[in-house]
Amino acid sequence: MNLIKKIEAAQIRQVPDFKVGDTVKVHFKIVEGKTERIQIYEGLVIAMKNAGIGRTFMVRKLSYGVGVERVFPMNSPRIDRIEIIRQGRVRRAKLYYIRTKIGKKSKIRELLGGRKARTTTVTPAAAAVTTGKA
Amino acid sequence: MIALIGKKVGMTQVFDDTGVLMPVTVLKFEANVVVGRKTLDKFGYDAVVLGVFDIKKARTTKPYAGQFPENIAPRKIMHEMRDFGKDVQIGDSLGVDLFRDTRFVDVSATSKGKGFQGVLKRWHFGGGRSTHGSKFHREPGSTGQSTYPHKTFKNVKLPGRMGGEKVTIQNLKVIRVDADNGLLLIRGAVPGPRDCTVVVRTAVKRSK
Repeated sequence: MNLIKKIEAAQIRQVPDFKVGDTVKVHFKIVEGKTERIQIYEGLVIAMKNAGIGRTFMVRKLSYGVGVERVFPMNSPRIDRIEIIRQGRVRRAKLYYIRTKIGKKSKIRELLGGRKARTTTVTPAAAAVTTGKA
Repeated sequence: MIALIGKKVGMTQVFDDTGVLMPVTVLKFEANVVVGRKTLDKFGYDAVVLGVFDIKKARTTKPYAGQFPENIAPRKIMHEMRDFGKDVQIGDSLGVDLFRDTRFVDVSATSKGKGFQGVLKRWHFGGGRSTHGSKFHREPGSTGQSTYPHKTFKNVKLPGRMGGEKVTIQNLKVIRVDADNGLLLIRGAVPGPRDCTVVVRTAVKRSK
């Protein structure tokens, strides 16, 4: 299995240490024909799935009043970088309940002074400066 | 046609250039040594005999070791590859970089043994319904006619041993050729358990 692990390890990318409940900005590369541009998708991380190399996270946002959820592979080469906008204080791993909430109930409390301020880019050097959880 | 003997390492996933995650099987190739050639004049067909995985000479029988030319150590596994698409000499060592320009391959191996299986699993019979008074669930049903012919014909699909036979999967896409480590990454699944011997050929039904 060592060879398999080697192949997987070569693909793992450094991502900032964000958690469920955080608000993030995902800079996602979009390829249109030959041109490539970066689209920014901002929203609340409501779930993470840890499936080895295929780890994903789900980002929910409201777009013109309509809830949009998008799943990003954590190690996708199409993710340019991920910015953490706000850290949330949550008590569960999946925030699916938020789909049924509107207004103030759909808000997540901000985490103050718990986790240290973390870096926002995916560059390996910067991502190494992460710290423990709340 | 180019063909090599390899070993199945296992499966994983890789991202392609466009960021799509795809399932791949990793195959490992050690040096495939040309241990013999069959020529049209002498044998009636063209083939290259490849051998792979070293074996101690003391562990072989004399008749087995005798198949190898004097300057070549015995190999555990030998395979004839007919109509080899590359001009090779006895003693040449072939690696996975032969597949560098290949886009699709066929892979043959011995499938995993499934044991004695019923007709639903072995032959994809539909079976009967489970409820509503049905007394016919997973049986094979009728296997023939009556007084005439008064026998069950051969090759009727019945329960029995399944798996453990040679299976070839055609037109599997080559994702990556890693010549440094002797690895070949192929999209999708390949027959057989991990560590089994596989024969990889350039696809017969696809050009390049």
